[in-house]
Amino acid sequence: MTLEQQRHILVVFPHPDDEAFSSAGLIRLYRNMGVPVTYACLTLGEMGRNLGNPPFATRESLPEIRRKELEEACKAMGIEDLRMMGFRDKTIEFEDNEKMVQLVRNLIDECNPSLIITFLPGYAVHPDHDATGRAVVEAVRRMDRNARPTVYGVGFANNTIAEKGEPDVVIDIMSVKEDKLKALQAHASQTAWMIEENQKRIDEGQPMSDSWFHYEKFYTINVDE
Amino acid sequence: MKEVDVNELQQLINSFANKDVYIHLETTNGSYATHYNEQFFNASAFLRNAKIQYEHGKVVGESPHRVGLKMEHGWVYAQGITHYELDEHGRLLMAGLNYEGKLAIALQISETPFSY
Ligand SMILES: [Zn+2]
Repeated sequence: MTLEQQRHILVVFPHPDDEAFSSAGLIRLYRNMGVPVTYACLTLGEMGRNLGNPPFATRESLPEIRRKELEEACKAMGIEDLRMMGFRDKTIEFEDNEKMVQLVRNLIDECNPSLIITFLPGYAVHPDHDATGRAVVEAVRRMDRNARPTVYGVGFANNTIAEKGEPDVVIDIMSVKEDKLKALQAHASQTAWMIEENQKRIDEGQPMSDSWFHYEKFYTINVDE
Repeated sequence: MKEVDVNELQQLINSFANKDVYIHLETTNGSYATHYNEQFFNASAFLRNAKIQYEHGKVVGESPHRVGLKMEHGWVYAQGITHYELDEHGRLLMAGLNYEGKLAIALQISETPFSY
């Protein structure tokens, strides 16, 4: 399988770890091909609930921990252009819609991406995810048809496949699964339990399903729909 | 944060009484609650940097504890507090961590605003 060549990839997600779960393999594959990747991460996941018991963090110390995790994950994925946009977790949908569209528009103007990766609006479960996807779709919709980048959306709501069918983009990431694992491990405050669970399953001869480390799947978004 | 020591926490709550203070109050089930259980009715509340004054406050009960702050014209309370600390900025951070280590409630008091 050969990946379509890209000029520049813009990744727009609201939370540190969104990129690792959904796209770390794809990003690493493109970085290995030398394609520049810009990642705009809107928040620092300040509202993350996992503080541990006994706790390893407080509500106030979590953002700094997650900032460092995000930087570490970007190293594993080879992302050299990380933008932390300074919004607050769980507030994206309450921001001024126009401001969010402009923010995406400015990133597009600056990076001139041929591909944008974000969430599939309406099928991304978390309100921040949906709001992020909506802003990206609207920013691209306003562009001249022939100047528009391709937009890949990540959808994982329970009703996604029933309503949207199977994702049309399926990327085999087996060759970079170690890098994806490293990116996920970097987000330790969010993924430690999961990695532990996976290790247990590997020990029992039943590693986590292929869905995590074999394929990454996306919906090509038709912004005019 | 450490587990609630009622006497020590009570003294810390007392130390912020009758001063202008900023409050962070949050309850949460997480944004994925309905994703994992469609029958789950997901409700939560979040308030950060409301400026209040309380005339007295109290920590009550066995863990998880209740904490109530009596204001001139009303109340603030939180149920389910298990842990607390006075952080390096002199802010009183109280939290309720469930059995899986996930935050269920937070009540925080500071003389200076919390970051955005
Ligand atoms: Zn997320």
